[in-house]
Amino acid sequence: MKQLIIAIRVTLAFTLLTGVLYPLLVTGLAKAVFPHQANGSLIQTNGKTTGSELIGQRFTRPEYFHGRPSAAGSDGYDGLASGGSNLGPTNKALVDRVQADLKKFRDENPTFTGPVPADLLTGSGSGLDPDISPASADAQVTRVAAARGMSPDALRQLVAAHTDGRQFGILGEPRVNVLGLNLALDQAAPFKK
Amino acid sequence: MTGNGWLQIALFFLVLLALTKPLGAYMAKVFAGERTWMRGLLRPLETGIYKVCGIDENGEQHWTRYAGGVLLISVVTLLFTYVLQRIQQWLPLNPQGLGNVGQHLAFNTAASFTTNTNWQSYTPETTMSYLTQMIGLATHNFWSAAVGISVAIAFVRGFARHSVKTLGSFWVDFTRATIYVLLPLSVVGALLLVSQGAIQNFDSYTKATTVEGAVQTIPQGPLASQEAIKMIGTNGGGFTNANSAHPYENPTPFSNFLQMIFIFIIPAGLTYTFGKMVKDTRQGWAIFAAMSVLFFAGVWVTYYFEQAGNPNLTKLGIASAATDTQSGGNMEGKEVRFGIANSALFTTVTTDASCGAVNNAHDSLTPLAGLVPLINIELGEVIFGGVGSGLYGVLMFAVLAVFIAGLMVGRTPEYLGKKIEQKEVKMMMLAVLVLAFTILGFAGAGANLGTVGNSLGNHGPHGFSEVLYAYTSATGNNGSAFGGINGNTPYLDTTLGLAMLSGRFLMLIPLLAAAGSLAQKKLVPVSAGTFPTHGPLFVALLVGVMVIVGALTFFPALSLGPIVEHFLMHAGRLWS
Repeated sequence: MKQLIIAIRVTLAFTLLTGVLYPLLVTGLAKAVFPHQANGSLIQTNGKTTGSELIGQRFTRPEYFHGRPSAAGSDGYDGLASGGSNLGPTNKALVDRVQADLKKFRDENPTFTGPVPADLLTGSGSGLDPDISPASADAQVTRVAAARGMSPDALRQLVAAHTDGRQFGILGEPRVNVLGLNLALDQAAPFKK
Repeated sequence: MTGNGWLQIALFFLVLLALTKPLGAYMAKVFAGERTWMRGLLRPLETGIYKVCGIDENGEQHWTRYAGGVLLISVVTLLFTYVLQRIQQWLPLNPQGLGNVGQHLAFNTAASFTTNTNWQSYTPETTMSYLTQMIGLATHNFWSAAVGISVAIAFVRGFARHSVKTLGSFWVDFTRATIYVLLPLSVVGALLLVSQGAIQNFDSYTKATTVEGAVQTIPQGPLASQEAIKMIGTNGGGFTNANSAHPYENPTPFSNFLQMIFIFIIPAGLTYTFGKMVKDTRQGWAIFAAMSVLFFAGVWVTYYFEQAGNPNLTKLGIASAATDTQSGGNMEGKEVRFGIANSALFTTVTTDASCGAVNNAHDSLTPLAGLVPLINIELGEVIFGGVGSGLYGVLMFAVLAVFIAGLMVGRTPEYLGKKIEQKEVKMMMLAVLVLAFTILGFAGAGANLGTVGNSLGNHGPHGFSEVLYAYTSATGNNGSAFGGINGNTPYLDTTLGLAMLSGRFLMLIPLLAAAGSLAQKKLVPVSAGTFPTHGPLFVALLVGVMVIVGALTFFPALSLGPIVEHFLMHAGRLWS
C-alpha cells in the first residue's frame, strides 16, 4: 500500500517534470536559439507560405523538376499521411507501379536513355522526401530546359548550385532539394503558368 | 557497398566506443550515489522528489519489493495513459480538435509505451493531441527507460554484492536514472536535433499553398523534445507516422548520425557501468566485444542485400549499382539523404536495441535484409540492446554461457565469483522460453486466422513475415514494424498488447528473482579451475550461445518467411 502511494506520487511528479517542464524548457531554448527550424523551416513567398524547406511537394508540370513517387495520401506528398508504400520486394503492385512510372518517365524524357536512377522510381519511407539524387536531377535537365526555353548547360549550373554534398564531407548522400531548386528556377527563368 | 558507406559505419562505431567509458563511469557513480559534476545542479531536484513522493533514499529493498515497485509504476502509468487518450478531446492543447481514442487502440498504445515497445497502431498526426503526446506518451519514454536501467542496475548488484538480501531501492534508482541520465541527455539531444531542422512549437498545422497551387497541410508540434528521449530511451515511438524517416523528425544526415548514437549510447555505456560495479572493467569490455561482433555481422548482411537491390526492378532498367551521384540499391522506402548505407545501419541499430524507430520502411527491405531485424529482436535485443534491458538480457546469456561451459567440463559454473546453481539457470531459461513461446505462439495462431490475414499489406511468404515481425516486435518490446500490416483491429491490438506485457514483465521478474538469489550468495575465490570471463574465449562462447539459443529457436519460422522469399524473389515470383 505504501508503495502504491509512492507510485502515484511519482507518476504525478514525473509527469510534471518530464511531460510539462521538460518540453517547455526545450521549446523556450529552441525558439530562442533556432527559431526558424523550431517553427518548421517554412518558406514565405510574397507573404504566403509556400511550404517547408524540409517537406517535399508534388510537381507534375514539365517546367519543374519532379520529386520521387510518394505513398503519402492518394495524390502523394500529403503532410497528414506521412509514410511509405510498405510494398514488399515480391509484391506485384510494386513492380507494376515502377513499370508504369518508368514508362511515364521515358515518355516525358525521351532524350534520356540510360538506366533510371533507383531513387526516381521508388517511393521514400516518409512519402515527403524533399530530395532527389543529383543523377535524378540530371536525368530531367533536358526536359526542363526545353520546357523553359533555356540552355541545358545553364540549367546544369543551377542544379549544381543547388546540390548539397555529403554533410561535413562524409555523412549521408549527395542530394538536390527539389522545392529549393524549382523556386530558384522560377526566379532565374520564369515561365507563364 | 561503397567505401564511403563503410567509412560512415566505422565512424559511427568509433564515436560510440569513445563515449562508452565516460558515460559508463558517470552512470556507475550516479547509481552508487557518489558525487558527479552534475550533482550541484540536480541534487536539489533529486531530494525534492524524494520529499514530495515520500521516498526513503536509504531504503534498501528485497527483490520482491523491488519488482513490486517496477510493477506498480508500470500499472499506474499504464492506466494514466489509457484514461488520458480516452478523454483527450475535452482537454487542452488539441489545436486540431482530435477525438477520443477508441478502447482497444488506447489499451494497445498504453501497453506499448509502458513496456518501452512503442508499437504504433495509429497515425499520430491525426490521432494524438499535443497534450497526449507530451504527458501521455513522451513521459513513458522517460519512465520505461528509467525502469529498464533500474532493473539492469539491480541485476548487476546481484553479482556485485554478496551475502545480502537486498538489491537497492527501485524508487531511488528510477529517480536517479531520470534526473541524472535521461533528462540532461535529452535536453542537449533535443536542441541538437532542432539545430538540424526538427520542429518544436505549439502552433496549429500549417496550411501551405504549393508552387503548383495545391494546398499542403504540414503538421507541427512539440516534436524535438519527444524525439530526443524517443532515441535516448530506446523507445522508438514516432511523433509522426513516418517516424525517423520524416524530415521533421530526422532532417539531415547529421541528425541521423546523432539518432543512431542516441540509441546505443546508454546501452553501450552500461557495459562499462557493469564492469565498474563488479570491480573488473574487463568483464564489461568482454560483453561489449561480443555485442560488437554481432553488430557488425548484422550491418554487413543488411547493407549487402540492400545494395544488391531488388532483381525484379533491376531487370526493368533501373540503376542498382551505386555511383557518385546516386546510391542505387533498393531505394523503396528509403530517403535520398540517408541512402543505402545509413538506412541499413539504422535498421540494424534500431533492432539491435529495443528502439524500433525506423528511418526507412522495413516492410520494403529485401528479404534477407529484413531477416536481420527479425533475428536481432529474436535474440532478445542484446546487441547493445534496450536501455537496461540489453544489459540484463546479455548477462542472462552470459550466465547460460558459463553454465554450458560448466556442463562441458563437469564443474559447477561460476560467473563473477558467484556459483550459478539450479535456481538461477531455471530463471534464465524461463526468460528465454517466455520470449520464444510468446512470439511463436501468437504468430502461429495469427498466421491461421482470417482476421489477421485481412490485415496484411503483402502476400505470399512476405505476408507471413509481416505477422511474425509484428509479434516479434511486440514481444521483444521493439516497436518497429513491417508496416504494411494494419495492426489496428480489436484482435491484433489486444494480442499485440498482451505480447508486449508478456515480453516485458515475464522476462524482467524472473531476472530480478535470479538477482535476489545471487546477491545472497557468498563470493567464491578465483582458483585455477575458474573459467575466465574476460577473454576472447569467453567472447566467442557468448556469441555462440546467443546465436544457438536465440536464433535456432526461430529458424523454422524464419525459413517460412524471409528465407523462402529470398529464393522466390530471385526466381521472379510475385504475389498480388
